[in-house]
Amino acid sequence: MSHLTREEPTLAELSRPKKRAVKFPRAACAKDSQPLIPAQYLRKTRPRLPELSELDVVRHFTRLSKLNFSIDTHFYPLGSCTMKYNPKRNDTLSTLQPFLWAHPAQPEELSQGILEILYELEQALVEICGVRRFSLQPAAGAQAEFTGLMIVRAWHRDHGNDKKIVLVPDTSHGTNPASAALVGYQVQTVKSDERGLVDLGDLESHLGPRVACLMLTNPNTLGRFEVHIQKIAKMIHMVGGLLYYDGANLNPLLGTARPGDMGFDIVHLNLHKTFSTPHGGGGPGAGPIGVADRLVPYLPAPLIGRDGGCYFLEPAHPKSIGRVHAFYGNANILIKAFIYIKTLGAEGLKRVGEASVLNANYLLTRLEKIFHVPYPGRCMHEFVVSTLKENPHGIRTLDVAKRLLDFGFHSPTIYFPINVKEAMMIEPTETESRETLDHFVETLETIADEARHHPERLRQSPHTLAVSRPDEVAAARTPKLVWDEPPLASPDKSPEGILALKSQR
Amino acid sequence: MEFPHDLKYTSTHEWIRMDGNRARVGVTSFAAQELSDVVYVDLPEVGKEVQAGQEVSVVESVKAASSIYAPLAGRVADVNTALKSNPALLNESCYQEGWIFELELTPGAPAQGLLTSKEYLKTLEGEK
Repeated sequence: MSHLTREEPTLAELSRPKKRAVKFPRAACAKDSQPLIPAQYLRKTRPRLPELSELDVVRHFTRLSKLNFSIDTHFYPLGSCTMKYNPKRNDTLSTLQPFLWAHPAQPEELSQGILEILYELEQALVEICGVRRFSLQPAAGAQAEFTGLMIVRAWHRDHGNDKKIVLVPDTSHGTNPASAALVGYQVQTVKSDERGLVDLGDLESHLGPRVACLMLTNPNTLGRFEVHIQKIAKMIHMVGGLLYYDGANLNPLLGTARPGDMGFDIVHLNLHKTFSTPHGGGGPGAGPIGVADRLVPYLPAPLIGRDGGCYFLEPAHPKSIGRVHAFYGNANILIKAFIYIKTLGAEGLKRVGEASVLNANYLLTRLEKIFHVPYPGRCMHEFVVSTLKENPHGIRTLDVAKRLLDFGFHSPTIYFPINVKEAMMIEPTETESRETLDHFVETLETIADEARHHPERLRQSPHTLAVSRPDEVAAARTPKLVWDEPPLASPDKSPEGILALKSQR
Repeated sequence: MEFPHDLKYTSTHEWIRMDGNRARVGVTSFAAQELSDVVYVDLPEVGKEVQAGQEVSVVESVKAASSIYAPLAGRVADVNTALKSNPALLNESCYQEGWIFELELTPGAPAQGLLTSKEYLKTLEGEK
């Protein structure tokens, strides 16, 4: 794809008057005295829609799709996002006709198959995480956080606790404080110590009767396991607070350690990270929320129950926070996660976790020779490096990340977590081979060499992509959010002519 | 980088210009540089009562969103509305035109923890 260096015109620019893909028949009612659509709803001017043939549109989108970076085409070590390969069998099986034709309004007795899968998925997640029950309803990690904090609030209200504060570590994901604020809590930040773990002294100074909850990932955002987690759990429970597990980093622990055993009361999972369902694209997603015994009554309703061989939707518990999604969540995504779990089995999942840790440590060991590592020592499934060790020309992390694109690698996460300067956060996941990891290291060695001898090559990268460096500052300060029709029609109607016109503007 | 001697500072990189019971607050040139290009400043409401150390405003740059804390207890008496249309002022003139808000100080509230320019400079050495 590196030969594609020209900008793809937009559909509006490719448009030519009278080009058509589909010819619509004239509406039968058009000449009736009573038009189908009342006059006040009819538009007065013609819509400015692009006019193209079907083949124009197919080629346009096919060209755009080739510009994409994706797991299926590139190594994608985006720290904290767990961009693992999504096995094709997930899609093959979850798109079988019986699943596609199932309708959520079907009566329970005609939905036994799907209900059984969802019930079994809940059982599997309960076993993996060491909690009592899961609701599969929330549609994403962020909604799961919201749901979890609603449960925190309901629990404290129920027990007459006047609590206003949610604690998050300074390495936390931005969604944690955002979710807490959305549920009405004040957020306070707990510092990390010199090892990159929760600073127990600073935590102690924040604890008090008004603390409702502490939200943690474990391993944390620096890729470190919180070795004092049981002590932390005791500390938060002593003041009547709850301990919340953000499942962003569950991957390395699969089959080895369980949040419930560490003392977490509430656990949310990102199925698109740990359980290989598709990432992003605007959804649909799934963020199951699990809780310890005493919080089960507060879970969203309905839950799925079993009576002998029959599955049914349980009536809502009076203390339930209610629904957070229509029907029972995004069932087809849940089916994909179920297929992944059943394909690997308990032993396979354990090996997933182990391999993710092994791959990350292999990369860390090789990369610490060329990068500063702010928190040295063994990591879990991911790690954070800072600037290049030999850096006479002041090359920044942004330059390294942009240059990686030229070599066919998606960049790692950069400038996060914010407590590390010039951070680059690398998570290879378990699905990458030794050869890919070696190739990645060799590429970074090449870039380190360029940083010493050809700094401009890095500062101006990427050189081979359709768009080099967008002006992020202008895009954020003066965003242009609507399409403006070019003021003059181009005399040259070829795509090349259009491009020439664009570059003049 | 300049840190004017007539200002007070906090370890969280705010500067304070005291004038009677008023305190004008902005971010230091070190913070402005670390933030990189500022694209949005979330100004507090005038009249809001704040405690020392409480989050008052958020500054967004292309790199990150960072909290600005009240260095002292008081009431927000004024905000720099010029930042709404031109957040770049914070980068271009952090001690003058890029000020963020002004507090009317709570009478008798302790003014603890403020640093002189010399002391602030010392805290930066730890950060580099």
